[in-house]
Amino acid sequence: MTRQGAYKESDDMLIDEPKLPQQGQIAALPNEFNPSYLKIYYSKLFPHADLYRWMSYGNDGKHPACDSSYLGRREFSYTLDNDIFVRYNTFNSATELENSIKDKCPLKIDIGPIYNLNPAHRNAYAGDNVLTPVERELIFDIDMSDYDDVRYCCSGADVCLNCWPLMTVAVKVIDTSLRDDFGFRHILWVYSGRRGVHCWVCDRKARRLTNEQRAAVADYFRVYKGNENNYKKVSLMGQVLHPFLARSYTEVLKEYFETKLLTSQNLLSSEERYEKILEMIPDQSIASELRGKWQESRRSSSAKEDINIVRWEQLKQLLQKHKAQGVRRCVEEIVFTYTYPRLDMEVSKHMNHLLKAPFCVHPKTGRVCVPINPNNCEEFDPTTVPTLIQLLEELNREGLRSDVEGEWNKTSLANAIKLFRSSFLQPLLKICKEEMESSYNAKLQQSKNLLSW
Amino acid sequence: MQVVRSHQSHRSFSSSSGSVSASPTLPLYRSAPELEVRLEDFESFAIDRLRVLKGISDGLSRGKKPDEMEKLVNELWKTNMRHQDSSQVLNKDIISHFVLRLVYCRTEELRKWFLSMESALFRHRFRNQTAEAQRAIMEEFDLPCKAVSNAEFESLKDKLGQVARSIGHNLSLSTTDAIYYKVPFEEVPELVTGRKVFINQGYAYVAMNQVVSLVATIFRSLLSKALILTNRKWATSIREQEQHRLTPIVEALCSSYLGPDFSQPKEYGEISLKDIDQVAKSSFPLCMRHLFEKLREDHHLKHAGRMQLGLFLKGVGLNVDDSLAFWREEFSKKVGLEKFEKDYAYNIRHNYGKEGKKTDYTPYSCQKIILSTPGVGDHHGCPYRHFGEENLRAALSRMGVNSRAMEDVMGKVRNRDYQLACTLTFEALHAASCDAGINHPNQYFSDSQRLLKAKKDSST
Repeated sequence: MTRQGAYKESDDMLIDEPKLPQQGQIAALPNEFNPSYLKIYYSKLFPHADLYRWMSYGNDGKHPACDSSYLGRREFSYTLDNDIFVRYNTFNSATELENSIKDKCPLKIDIGPIYNLNPAHRNAYAGDNVLTPVERELIFDIDMSDYDDVRYCCSGADVCLNCWPLMTVAVKVIDTSLRDDFGFRHILWVYSGRRGVHCWVCDRKARRLTNEQRAAVADYFRVYKGNENNYKKVSLMGQVLHPFLARSYTEVLKEYFETKLLTSQNLLSSEERYEKILEMIPDQSIASELRGKWQESRRSSSAKEDINIVRWEQLKQLLQKHKAQGVRRCVEEIVFTYTYPRLDMEVSKHMNHLLKAPFCVHPKTGRVCVPINPNNCEEFDPTTVPTLIQLLEELNREGLRSDVEGEWNKTSLANAIKLFRSSFLQPLLKICKEEMESSYNAKLQQSKNLLSW
Repeated sequence: MQVVRSHQSHRSFSSSSGSVSASPTLPLYRSAPELEVRLEDFESFAIDRLRVLKGISDGLSRGKKPDEMEKLVNELWKTNMRHQDSSQVLNKDIISHFVLRLVYCRTEELRKWFLSMESALFRHRFRNQTAEAQRAIMEEFDLPCKAVSNAEFESLKDKLGQVARSIGHNLSLSTTDAIYYKVPFEEVPELVTGRKVFINQGYAYVAMNQVVSLVATIFRSLLSKALILTNRKWATSIREQEQHRLTPIVEALCSSYLGPDFSQPKEYGEISLKDIDQVAKSSFPLCMRHLFEKLREDHHLKHAGRMQLGLFLKGVGLNVDDSLAFWREEFSKKVGLEKFEKDYAYNIRHNYGKEGKKTDYTPYSCQKIILSTPGVGDHHGCPYRHFGEENLRAALSRMGVNSRAMEDVMGKVRNRDYQLACTLTFEALHAASCDAGINHPNQYFSDSQRLLKAKKDSST
């Protein structure tokens, strides 16, 4: 959200009749967002119960250790028609949550933190800063428009299959680090509905991190420090790379750069584009040598090999055998610049930051914010994510067939909900239960010990 | 802590009771010790420690590098925190810290300053402890820090070495370098942030030298909480209870000027009236120069200005007769001889302790001058603080400060480091550095005279 996204007026063109979105098209038509469609969506398809169970983190049971105030201290906010934004909605039961959503039909639902007290009562207390967040998932937001300086296929709000691999890279790099380095297990990746991905880390430890600790994790992930004013936006210092960066490079970045992005983005094929890369080389003589070579050979002598690949090899050859480490390191810096994940720091650093709930429908594209499986994220295709209209049509088709699971099981949403449950919700709730029981038993034991003598 | 009068016997315990000191030389100040303290020691120990803290503050605001700070801290500590009875050194350390807690707990600003200086002090002292003592301190702080076993170290050696080299530390694998601690990553956000540690399965692997930062953070947060509690106790009970004994001492301590008081002028101080104009131009600090010039111009100064300049001149070596002559010369031009004798001479003699209760007043320190509040028609105060930017620039340029130094000085002024601004002015005008910084107008004068005399001597 940091870059001034190119919002195109054409996105808002009016069309008389709802049309089916074309294959491969992401930006769809505004009629996707007819309020009556949303009403049906919330009434038959949106997984209210799953959201409720997730947000309860096990406190919805009958166990004596359950905190019945827990859910009620969580903030939900709604974006309603006419840009009305309502904060501090809270719910104490599954039915309250479901009925509210069905009733208000919000264009967007955001999830906020868990506060120390029920936000609905925030005005009952005197004094400032009485309401403080006490728990909040560790979240990340990666937005394709932050990569506009390194992708040529699209810009701003658009996304296509040529640049989507940048999101794949982001998911792989961050997910691996969250699990292997930080030891987190309960991680949910969600398609943001248009041009990016969100990440929710829901482990208990993650939820209780302070703002400072969140900032530390976000900074650990930060490499790109660019803006319009500097041409060298990635600077990798030190004799060797930190193991996290080295692993990201060898396992993900190098491959995606060399086998996908180099060619799909034509990073070296034209003068304008290769100049951007040559600018990053600190040794002027090498840059000139390459420039000379490339200006001569407008098209490669053997049409067999892609010109980008040929030129990249030439570049690497010259740089990698240079005696100055700063020059050798340039190869990695270029790869990092064009591939390494760019996170929105502000989203992660503050406990009170609101983030869109999964399974919302994106108002501009009509696509549902479905979970992404990090284990096969390279297969995720944003152009085939179910849209609201598509789902409603599927419902019409399947019509009267009843399904014990629910209406969603008759539609393309089924896979998304099943993925959400099997890979995320169920393991999470299992752990929550175990943790609750073990801490309860520990307390019992402690008080027994105190009384026993 | 019990404060007793000096005639009572001085009992003390050789270590702070309650908590066995983790390190024999570095106390953690977790709880107030059960010691008896003599009233004079109460104040003097605190003053000595305050010298150390102010020295650190000065060093930091001058942007000294870490190794310079290291040296400075060691010197400050050695010089000020000694005790003739070596068994009392630790007690002095502990007592002085707790007394200063009382002094500096009372406002947010005081707490912030004290916290920063004590943390910096602790950080440096911790670094100089033996490995054994450091480990003991970590345990005392309940650091969820586990020493990395040899087996684990071997398996991670490469990665740890990589991290070390990536941040510019060469892991030489000597026995000390091979000591790593394993700690949950969220305990060391400052190390996670800069990718300064290897992180695996939620644990950060912290090198020994990084442990310092960890420990210092905990020290700081413990002290911060303690200061809040101390403030509460102070406000609700101690201040009242001790209003006739400790409270005045405590309240005076935080604004105390700690350098020489210049009440007894030294060798170069002997100036004669005929030299005074010359010497004013060459060696007076801006505040006094301004007062002096205004006096020459208007043949008058209001009371506060007379006090500030008058006591300064006393400190500079002007004796009471010369002083009377000086003021008489100026004032009589405006108010006449008779009025001078009637209204002003008495006060001048008073300043020298020749009248009334015969207190020999001491010249004002920078701290005191900066805190004064000149109003309409006043010319006292600190120009770096009290002048507008235009006027200050004009005054400095009249003094002879060049344009480059001028910008540095104005920078300090904007930052409210008035004494540093004056120090930079001194340095610019004398083409020499003043490491100790200016804390007192008479110090400016005597340093200046010393430099000028040395120049004169070397050129003959």
